[in-house]
Amino acid sequence: MAERFPSSEPVSGDSRQGDYRHSRVVGASVPRREDPRLLAGRGRFVDDIALPGMLHAQFVRSSEAFAEIVSVDLSEVRAVPGVVAAYAAADLDLRDITALLDRPAHEFVPTAMPVLARDTVRYVGEPIAIVVATDPYAAEDGVEAAVVEYAPREPVVSDLGALAEGAPLVHPEAPRNTLVDVSLFATEGIDALFEAAHTVVEVHTKTGRQNALPLETRGVVADWDDRDEQLRVQTCTQVPHQVRTVLAACVGLAEKQVRVTVPDMGGGFGQKCVVGREEIVAAAAALRLRRPVKWIEDRRDALTAAFLAREQRYAVRAAFSETGEILALDADVVCDMGAYSCYPFTAGIEPLMASAEMPSVYTVPAYRVRGRAVTTNKAPTAPYRGVSRPQYVMVMERVMEKAARALGLDPLEVRRRNLITVFPYTGVNAITYDPGSYRESLDLCEQTLRDEGWFDRRSDGVIGIGFACFSERTGYGSGAFAQRRMQVVPGFDLSEIRMDLDGTVSVTTGTLSHGQSHETTMAQIVADRLGIPYDRVKIVQGDTDRITYGWGSFASRSITIGGSAVAAASVKLGDQLREIAAHLLGGDPAAAVLEDGGVRLEDGRLSFPEIADVAYLRSHLLPKGVGPGLAATASFDVAGDGTFSNATHGVVVELDPGTGGVEILRYVCVEDCGVAIHPQVVEGQARGGIAQGIAGALFEVVRYDDAGQPLAPSFMEYKVPTAAEIPDVRIEHLETPCAFTENGAKGAGEGGTIGAPAAVLNAINDALRHTGVELDDTPIPREAIFRALEAS
Amino acid sequence: MIQLVELSVNGERHDLAIEPRRTLVDVLRHDLRLTGTHVGCEHGICGACTVLVDGQPARACLLFAAQVEGADIRTVESLSEGGALNDLQQCFSEHHGLQCGFCTPGMLMLAEGYLADEPDATKEEIREVVASNLCRCTGYQTIVEAIDDCASRRRAALQDRLDRSAS
Amino acid sequence: MKPAAFEYHRARTPAGAVGLLTELGDDAKIIAGGQSLVAMMNFRLARPEHLVDITHVDSLRGIAVSEGEIRIGALTTHREVEKAGLGVLSAAMRWVGHLPIRTRGTVGGSIAHADATAEWCLLAVLFDARIVVEGPSGVREIRASEFFLGPFTTALGPDELITALVFPSPPPRAALTEYADRRGDFALVAAAVDLDADRVVLGGVGAVPTLVSGKWCSGTTYRARAAAAAGSLELRDEPGISAHYRRGLVRTLVERAYEEAANG
Ligand SMILES: Cc1cc2nc3c(=O)[nH]c(=O)nc-3n(C[C@H](O)[C@H](O)[C@H](O)COP(=O)(O)OP(=O)(O)OC[C@H]3O[C@@H](n4cnc5c(N)ncnc54)[C@H](O)[C@@H]3O)c2cc1C
Ligand code: FES
Ligand code: FES
Repeated sequence: MAERFPSSEPVSGDSRQGDYRHSRVVGASVPRREDPRLLAGRGRFVDDIALPGMLHAQFVRSSEAFAEIVSVDLSEVRAVPGVVAAYAAADLDLRDITALLDRPAHEFVPTAMPVLARDTVRYVGEPIAIVVATDPYAAEDGVEAAVVEYAPREPVVSDLGALAEGAPLVHPEAPRNTLVDVSLFATEGIDALFEAAHTVVEVHTKTGRQNALPLETRGVVADWDDRDEQLRVQTCTQVPHQVRTVLAACVGLAEKQVRVTVPDMGGGFGQKCVVGREEIVAAAAALRLRRPVKWIEDRRDALTAAFLAREQRYAVRAAFSETGEILALDADVVCDMGAYSCYPFTAGIEPLMASAEMPSVYTVPAYRVRGRAVTTNKAPTAPYRGVSRPQYVMVMERVMEKAARALGLDPLEVRRRNLITVFPYTGVNAITYDPGSYRESLDLCEQTLRDEGWFDRRSDGVIGIGFACFSERTGYGSGAFAQRRMQVVPGFDLSEIRMDLDGTVSVTTGTLSHGQSHETTMAQIVADRLGIPYDRVKIVQGDTDRITYGWGSFASRSITIGGSAVAAASVKLGDQLREIAAHLLGGDPAAAVLEDGGVRLEDGRLSFPEIADVAYLRSHLLPKGVGPGLAATASFDVAGDGTFSNATHGVVVELDPGTGGVEILRYVCVEDCGVAIHPQVVEGQARGGIAQGIAGALFEVVRYDDAGQPLAPSFMEYKVPTAAEIPDVRIEHLETPCAFTENGAKGAGEGGTIGAPAAVLNAINDALRHTGVELDDTPIPREAIFRALEAS
Repeated sequence: MIQLVELSVNGERHDLAIEPRRTLVDVLRHDLRLTGTHVGCEHGICGACTVLVDGQPARACLLFAAQVEGADIRTVESLSEGGALNDLQQCFSEHHGLQCGFCTPGMLMLAEGYLADEPDATKEEIREVVASNLCRCTGYQTIVEAIDDCASRRRAALQDRLDRSAS
Repeated sequence: MKPAAFEYHRARTPAGAVGLLTELGDDAKIIAGGQSLVAMMNFRLARPEHLVDITHVDSLRGIAVSEGEIRIGALTTHREVEKAGLGVLSAAMRWVGHLPIRTRGTVGGSIAHADATAEWCLLAVLFDARIVVEGPSGVREIRASEFFLGPFTTALGPDELITALVFPSPPPRAALTEYADRRGDFALVAAAVDLDADRVVLGGVGAVPTLVSGKWCSGTTYRARAAAAAGSLELRDEPGISAHYRRGLVRTLVERAYEEAANG
């Protein structure tokens, strides 16, 4: 297969400068290393693992939204054939999970999440007890035999209900059910700007609660290993080190007594980037029983009891000049975070993101925002692909559209008058935006749809066109996360690289691929730095024993930060190789060139195996001061505010006046994520993201009834769109390289999801323009479209 | 409540003593350790469990193993003989029709069953069939393209063989 | 989501199946394609103690066309009908779930399950198909118009088996259409029309497939007939869908079904 891979170009002494333009494998859509095993059905996902003597767990879950637990009786459970053990909170004595922000009490109220509910249940589906049995069928039989007596309380089932005077308190320590309440920026004189403004527009919107919905549900296999004196935890998580820390603390082990490894993973999208409760209980049961325990979440639990996201309410005012310049923005954001704060991000994840970044791609001179997280009796929330950006981008793009309508201007023209075009740009929100192609992407997106003739087909009540301009901060370094004031501050990444005797390389990354192709793209980065084919590089990820520390994969950080660390480690290894070769051949290490799997100097060439031979087997030949072995470690962090990818999405919809149905006729995405390591992978991320954004705009929502019962326990109700609903997407690339990542790359993981809801909503409203009706909530009810068109 | 069940999977015969309530997908994955077939919902909608039963794509989560005694069952493990990916699998790789790969075995078996039945399917018909299964990663476009490409290649190869035997 | 335990019984003949049902009593259930039943069992919403598997009863399979009649064995799958060239019966199958559901799901199972929006239930009522049933006391036929009694409730006795459906030769000018937000879902509203008989059957507007013929004068436009059909219904607001919207869908879908029937 090796000849299918382009060979690497020589990498000269200045590769440290990130000389990506001269590389050959980076930028090529080479075959993915992950594909053969996944296509052959030979991947290893967590449910594919079977250990001798393994037991299977399921959970007794709360049937009430809010109640005191009067009693939990598991005696019948233990009598069910096949059931080996059943434990409630009192049996296991696990420490609570608490995520913290370094913020004053009026801004943040810490709350604890018990691993198993102890006295109170706060949402339907909350785990109360674990049942462990010889097979999953018996485990469910056992769950059915549990008797839990509740003293129900009046549940809090909406954000408004949570904030209402005299509402019951989900957590007694959180007055008004408010976990986070920040008021930020408040530019001086902002009220006067509103008073004096020619036009003020308002957007009020509510977005539906969504499930990130990895197709593989959550799961774990845990067992105690006497030889290693370790609890081995194989689990599909985006953040193995954080799971280790919390799990060790909860069950009372030292960190080195817990090894978390991550098998192949069927998606995560954020739902798996927080520490879950069931994994910890299953591990505790394995520890107690000294037998392997597996827990695989079933779909009903995944739809009702897993981490959810995105239920937000915005009340926004924006002041505009007569000519369409935005003058001021005033926003109130309330996020319904459900019953608990997630670790490590806390319930602040959504409101803090929205508050900090809402001005988006526009030059907003004055800004004031209040961001709140309220707690309700619903399943808790976690970050989900895009985190708040799909929502606030939708709000900002509605602001632009409404301003254009109010002023009688072309909405694209209004955007152009406000887009950031001079970089770096430091906004009123104190964020510095690195160079991007905001204006260019809008121009190209519009032109593409014009050239395809869609503007001629626009027609009232039938065909509408909508756009969304946005940027996306990627590569949040520790500086950017520190601004959130999380007590645990993610950011850097560490990479350790090693070359073995035969010249092959293994390299660790603290990031973790779960569909994003890092086994390929990270290998491409290493290959170019060292001058070897990328299939000679093995990526080591998702193992707390083999990786010193990592923050996992989320927030489009993997290539920007992880890829940079991998590149930096490669360069260090390259320096070692050059130094040894120069010593052996006689010459100047600075003049040595890495190419074709070896080092070339004026007076000859040594292959990597030849150098490795000396480094390991004949170390007496090494230059003075150079130790044996070929290994290096490097870390990387993004200084400052991170790097911003950007894009414009353009959507054409067709409405069916007879049904209110929506069909997406055309989708164009013009994106700029700097240097694309693997363009096909970047396009895949964009398309998949767009599908999830469309899902949020048109299909998916988790509703609850007044008693707090979730109304979407199956895929019949939770309507994940299929190939019949998701259109083909034309993608155009622009490239504004990032100046401060090693490869010039920016993140590409979330953009699709961010732009789609705004663009779809705008397109529908464009088709409804003549009716005077504007739809601002998602998912958009077809009935609302039907009624708007019927009335016109 | 143990039942003797004889299954034919990928041309191999297996004798099992199982509870009748075990679904085909659990038997394939956990009793026969053919873990290529996945589970995503256990109520027939996601399609991750799609296998071929007598050549037809079917949901292995909605069948009890006991029901398909005597049927010819094919799973994703049957596609790559001798370790080499077949033409459909290669098309998936070339078109980047998989990211996390969780939906992939179901998509492959859906497509194999369908193309065997409808070799002349148009791209729009293929899209309609792909709508049978859920994928959360790709947005479907590259899956449809991969299957469509494979179908055209198979048609071209068939034409080629016909032409050659005619001459 | 694993089903509760049950005992499995395999029938080889219709009489054998009926015998098992009689012998095992109320806790026994037939399993055909399993495309409705197993999903419910996985959720433990159904928990029969005995399953009588009829999938090996070969005499229940197959389609026979004879003078003026189409006889479809109960075990015939949606997919088999789809490929059989039976006019509207085949054409309607594209609305039943997706391909892998249609390869297993059966005609008899759909009728017995009696979902009020199921395509087979609509078609049966539209043409007043005869439902052939075998029980302890022999074979009887039930007209579709008398078969569906309520939500998921039919005139079938607990120890009876559906063996076949008999349709009149498919009228050339009939059509079925429906609307759901997402492809392959059970319809929000479904409409089936027989243009020559001027019969309209609706799904999603009541507990059973609803026949609304004869309430308008023939000769009016399709739109007027659709409006009359919609106007004749008693509908209530439900969470997420108002009576007004549902009525609107009926109007649209009936008109479209008429047009499709007329244009073939
Ligand atoms: C994802 C999905 C989507 C679907 N979409 C649709 C759709 O859009 N439209 C639609 O109509 N259906 C749909 N279905 C259901 C499908 O059509 C089923 O096949 C059908 O409803 C039941 O047929 P079955 O053979 O699978 O019956 P089973 O599930 O085996 O049985 C269903 C019921 O009928 C009884 N029964 C079965 N056969 C007989 C018989 N011969 N005599 C007496 N009783 C019998 C059983 O005891 C049981 O109570 C869908 C199913 C799924 C999983
Ligand atoms: S697991 Fe069978 S369809 Fe989802
Ligand atoms: S590739 Fe991940 S679900 Fe399809």
